[in-house]
Amino acid sequence: MDSFLEEEEDEEAAVGRKRSPAAPAGSTLQPPLHLPFLPVLLHQPASSHENKVNFKKSKEACLSYIQDAMLQKQWKRAAEFLTFYVESLEKDYSREPISPSEMIWRIGTEILCHHSHSSMKEFNCFVEQMKTLGVKRYLKVCLEHVFHLLCNGQIDEAYQNLSLAESWRFGEQTALQDKEMKLIQAYRGLLDYYSWSKQKNVLLERGLDGFADLSVEQEMHSCFRKAAVNLKEIIKIPGVWDLFVKCYVDLLEFYGDHNEARQVLNEYAYNSKFPANPNAHVYLYQFLKRQGESKKSVISALKILHDIVPSHELMIDFNTMLQKSKKRKKRRLGLEVIFAALDYAGWKENVKAWSCLARQVKQIVISEKHLDWIKQEWNSRKDWWPAFHFSRYLAKRNWQENKNLSYEKALVAGILLGKDGKYFKYVSHQGCKAQVKRFRILKKFVNRRNPVYLRISGLSDSSVQP
Amino acid sequence: MKDEVLYSFWRCYLQKSKQAYCNRPAGETVKALSVRESSTDVDSEPERPSLLHLLSLSESEGDLLTDCSFASSMSKVSESTSIYSGSVDGSLYLMKNQKEKLRMTMPTTLSFCYMALLWLREPITLSELLRFVVEGHIPYLNVFQHFPEKMKLCGLDLKIFCVESWPVYEEVYNKMLELAVFLDLPRFPDITDSCFLHPDMLCIKYLMEANLPDELHNWTCRVVKKIGIGEVDFLTLVPGNKSTRKVKYDILAAAVIVVVLKLLFLLDDHYEWLLSDLAEERNKNNKEGGLYFEFKKWYEVVKHSLDVEQKKLDEERAKYLWRCEKPLFYSVKNKSRVLKRRQMVVNLQNQFGKLSGSVRRAEKPNPSSFQLRWSEENTDGSCFHGHSLKGILQEKCGLLTAMNPDYWLCTVKLCNEKLCGHLAHYREEDFPQSYHFVLRLFSFLLRIQPSYIHDEVCMIEHKLFNKKLYKKLKYNTVLRK
Repeated sequence: MDSFLEEEEDEEAAVGRKRSPAAPAGSTLQPPLHLPFLPVLLHQPASSHENKVNFKKSKEACLSYIQDAMLQKQWKRAAEFLTFYVESLEKDYSREPISPSEMIWRIGTEILCHHSHSSMKEFNCFVEQMKTLGVKRYLKVCLEHVFHLLCNGQIDEAYQNLSLAESWRFGEQTALQDKEMKLIQAYRGLLDYYSWSKQKNVLLERGLDGFADLSVEQEMHSCFRKAAVNLKEIIKIPGVWDLFVKCYVDLLEFYGDHNEARQVLNEYAYNSKFPANPNAHVYLYQFLKRQGESKKSVISALKILHDIVPSHELMIDFNTMLQKSKKRKKRRLGLEVIFAALDYAGWKENVKAWSCLARQVKQIVISEKHLDWIKQEWNSRKDWWPAFHFSRYLAKRNWQENKNLSYEKALVAGILLGKDGKYFKYVSHQGCKAQVKRFRILKKFVNRRNPVYLRISGLSDSSVQP
Repeated sequence: MKDEVLYSFWRCYLQKSKQAYCNRPAGETVKALSVRESSTDVDSEPERPSLLHLLSLSESEGDLLTDCSFASSMSKVSESTSIYSGSVDGSLYLMKNQKEKLRMTMPTTLSFCYMALLWLREPITLSELLRFVVEGHIPYLNVFQHFPEKMKLCGLDLKIFCVESWPVYEEVYNKMLELAVFLDLPRFPDITDSCFLHPDMLCIKYLMEANLPDELHNWTCRVVKKIGIGEVDFLTLVPGNKSTRKVKYDILAAAVIVVVLKLLFLLDDHYEWLLSDLAEERNKNNKEGGLYFEFKKWYEVVKHSLDVEQKKLDEERAKYLWRCEKPLFYSVKNKSRVLKRRQMVVNLQNQFGKLSGSVRRAEKPNPSSFQLRWSEENTDGSCFHGHSLKGILQEKCGLLTAMNPDYWLCTVKLCNEKLCGHLAHYREEDFPQSYHFVLRLFSFLLRIQPSYIHDEVCMIEHKLFNKKLYKKLKYNTVLRK
């Protein structure tokens, strides 16, 4: 290597030298191969200004540090970087999609929520400043502030803020932020409802003593009026308003306006403009039940619920109701409902559900009518229900944990899978060993009805009678 | 002395650009002109800057340590100038004027400064100057804070004075060259062996900072001598001479060190580690007392420090505060808005500042030439200055030569700088990691992109292996025939 620096005389000898000192092997000896020299067109030289550190770039970097810190829940560090970021408020960002003021609002809220040293007072102070920052977001900020206050139990402050926000006017912005305004009014209505119900309870308690407090009552009524107006408004808009609907219906029922209540609930449940909401039907059902409506309307309400959410908890009641019905179609539906419910893992260990199914299946088997119903229902399930519900492992576990469950399930298993099925065999064997009476009866029953099983599973001639 | 140099440059500039000091200035009268001196040397004492009022052609002195800034000279006296229209010729300044291209901008003021420093052959490089600017030792960012009360800044002046980006090395350097030509300056004072800017001297500094053994200095001197970049004629700036390549002293010195490392260690991701193992072996048997230099150990120590410092730098970059207490506004109308915003920003800063827990250091550390410091007193062995290179050298004909017989060129053919802007195009993926690390180290120290150092490395290599390359090409063309 020294030769490169010192000896010039070696040039002549260099040609004869074996090793090629200068270039890496094969670079200039084989013309086609070029080392890191790229055609000008393909590789544009990086401009010297590419890495220029300017305002926007450094603020972007700052923002990414804030994000990192927040994701790792390092609130102090996030706050530190935020102090450097707030400067971007002074620069014009009107062309960017998200303005720094919105960023600062959201980031600041997060930090203040989680930081150990922050207090509600600081939070309020911060939010007040944020409100002045962006007029296009004013109502949104107000609303989120109210939510935060409610979460921290400061209901009165929340109410004040809502009233203040409601009276806000700002030219055409008021029209543009109409949706938020409606929400604000709705929440104020909700808080009115809350105070109404407080006063109602007070009155009811005192009412037992005999003397009615007139002022409280009047206040209560005024709360009602305020609440009713606002809640009614918001419910008109298509959306998911479970909380508001419930409160409104409660108000209406208290004052005896059942028609209005029914109308509201019907609208909420059946109006196609509203998004599909199972709760709507639940509310309607509960209302109808309270009112003691006819079975027909109740059943129709629940039917839709079954269609939307087959695994809903009300399906048990639905099934019970349907089983009692005299109409064949209804009973058929009941069977369908209970089978559908038990398709879901949440019902696997539910004794009541299994008992409903067991009862209905037993009844069908004893009457020997409509066995085809069971066959139809079982057809789509015979591939996977045995492993899902009636495995040997489950048999053991059910027996150990819940005898009632195992009893009901064994009944169903015995009918659907026959007396030789794993589940039934195990449980009945255990039951008889333990000398529990009902298991012995069960065993006899199933053994006698085995042909039914054969018919259901299609293994023998359908006309065979026991 | 400095006053005079910069002052005369400034006068020359104004004269040339017909803004003042001539019979028919482009404007009619001059309002005020302030020229301030920069003193960035650690060694020198703070200079008293001079405020110059050309109307009275007298000098008065201020007390401030500030950077070179400039004021505006009037071009047309317009009746409607109110206090808030700012400097009268601000609008003229910003208009694109074909005739006079060299309008003053904030980065250009730095070019001015550097030119004066170069003339005086001060021991400061351009990269150091720019680093001091970024670190805030030289007022640049919100320089109007230091203006006298009378000079109110608003309107279009904002575009000139309101800085929202840090100056780039290339930009400042090229502008300086342009300025030198524009001012018809003669050949600059010679840069000789004893001058700080000579590659030998700068190499010492960078070797120290990079924690490399002092013995490498011999090798850098030899490389410098061999390719003739230590010559006075090569190093001295001659404005207007388009044929010679302009020298960037700091980048050149760094590139020389990189080349020397390549010569000794090859840096192809294999050889240097083998060599390091060999040195380690030798160290075990070493009876002389002085440790042999092991690349691996050096790499570990330096990489660790570099990563730490780089991380700090990145965070500092994210934490720049571009605005200051004195807000700027374009017109009376948005004054109140700007002030309100400023107030809100300050409030928010206070609020979150309290939550951030850490106390912001009130004083800036003093400016220093060295960013990485390695002390021999440290017992953990992290300082490599005193290490000997014998571990990687071999005896040959009584001389110590490197064991590495090979070398790889960064590029076989240099690009045309006028077309591409660069001599070579650097992409990290194309080169060995060790090479990239060394480039990264120096690019951190100089605060520039690795590609600039790569360019200089290519240039040096081509000078170094010129004869061999030339011969090979000739051989190839002969072959083809």
